[in-house]
Amino acid sequence: MFESLGISPQVFFGQLMLGFINGSFYAILSLGLSIIFGLLNIINFTHGAQYMLGAFVAWMLLAYLGIGYWWALLLAPIIVGVLGMIVERVLISRLYHLDHLYGLLLTFGLALILQGVLRNAYGVSGLPYSVPPQLTGGQNLGFMYLPNYRMWAAIVALAVCLATWFLIEKTRLGGYLRAANEDPVMLGAFGINVPRMLTLTYGFGVALAAFAGVLAAPIYSVNPNMGADLIIIVFAVVVIGGMGSILGSIFTGLGLGLVEGLTKVVYPEASSVVIFVIMAIVLLIKPAGLFGRTV
Amino acid sequence: MAELAPTRDKGSRTGTPLLAVEGLEGWYGESHVLHGVTFDVREGEVVTLLGRNGAGKTTTLKAIMGVLGQRSGSVKFDGQEMIGLPSRAIARAGIAICPEERGIFSSLSVEENLLLPPQVKPGGMTVEQIYELFPNLKERLSSPGTKLSGGEQQMLAIGRILRTGSKMLLLDEPTEGLAPVIVKQIGRTIAKLKKEGFTIVLVEQNFHFASTVADRHYVVEQGEVIDTFTSEELEQNLDKLRAYLGV
Repeated sequence: MFESLGISPQVFFGQLMLGFINGSFYAILSLGLSIIFGLLNIINFTHGAQYMLGAFVAWMLLAYLGIGYWWALLLAPIIVGVLGMIVERVLISRLYHLDHLYGLLLTFGLALILQGVLRNAYGVSGLPYSVPPQLTGGQNLGFMYLPNYRMWAAIVALAVCLATWFLIEKTRLGGYLRAANEDPVMLGAFGINVPRMLTLTYGFGVALAAFAGVLAAPIYSVNPNMGADLIIIVFAVVVIGGMGSILGSIFTGLGLGLVEGLTKVVYPEASSVVIFVIMAIVLLIKPAGLFGRTV
Repeated sequence: MAELAPTRDKGSRTGTPLLAVEGLEGWYGESHVLHGVTFDVREGEVVTLLGRNGAGKTTTLKAIMGVLGQRSGSVKFDGQEMIGLPSRAIARAGIAICPEERGIFSSLSVEENLLLPPQVKPGGMTVEQIYELFPNLKERLSSPGTKLSGGEQQMLAIGRILRTGSKMLLLDEPTEGLAPVIVKQIGRTIAKLKKEGFTIVLVEQNFHFASTVADRHYVVEQGEVIDTFTSEELEQNLDKLRAYLGV
């Protein structure tokens, strides 16, 4: 079948695999954006920079403190998440009563500052971050070679996405989040500290981005622009999936990663625009997004 | 008016009021809605705020609960000043509200709605006791909150604040738009809550309903309390009350 199409199975499955991995990154990043938007009504344009910061913190932990990958996977999201919570308390929380645009401008500005500072300090050529020894090598599946680390990154990213979905849809804490999403004033009148919830939610969304950044560090080189390139695609994913839908973000992220991978096989020239073409079509047919609630 | 001013005299007769509202002012954005509302509620009492639409009854409850943007004056609950506190602290002190629009969360199931408000004081009702009070709820546990009928939503909105241990309930028109049989059920519920020691401020349009469940009544007009009766005095003052309410 592959031969008749002039495509080797190695290329086909290789691209599909790459699409799956990219898709899992889209999923975890768009999930964080969705959660933040759903609860805080803030379009977090710093998300890409926070993903990048996760990778940088992992690199710094190793370079300056000798702390390796496994600890970085835990510590970097915490560090970046706490930084995010400080930003939310000090800056973002002042914008809740204003139009979306102000939050977008603030977070966009923060992203530029973060990228600029790190570019100034570390340049743009990229810093190496090696695959942890337990996950080097790969599996020869016969039709393709699958690097262990990539498989691990994709599976962990998806597991975290599903755990997040479970947390929000099935637990008591998630019930508070959904309720705050709907009517924060009523929830406050029950004695819940809603402002603190917003801060923690922002921290959690940001920590998800940083976690993805650490996962990405051994795959892509650690570089100040790594988030800026990705975030545009992730915003397209969020638009296609529909703002504020948890499961929608996961499915759309993964699906679009695969579509992008397949496009690379069939018509490589279109692979960098296929997501935006889909976005345009979805906006024409279903402006609220595939899984979005019509407001 | 002479009935109103001696808040403290009444207090000295029967103990300090559980809730003492004095000179409460409130705003919706630019518009000044409450102009010095003054009333008090003693522990275990059911008190209604009567008045026409737009008189400021709902706003008074919102101002007590701290969900109104801007407010001033004094709201003392159990001797503690509440006016500067955020609504979550007022809830934690033991005041719970059942709002006019019921405030049921549509993205939560009936059970999740019921279990949502955290317990703020010991001694709240158990979930089983709430089902006993409102058997309908038990059959609808996994339905989304807004798939309930109006009456069931009202029961859920009241039921969920009974779990919290708050002994002071602010009920905003719990009978509005409900069938007579449900109104009766709500009436029985309020009587039962009173017997169990709850203190209730009830906003009502329907003063026939109000007179069957409440001890005392305050008439609110243009953001002020202008008169007050006990339920026994209601009969003699029926004409006056009709004039106030425009019925």
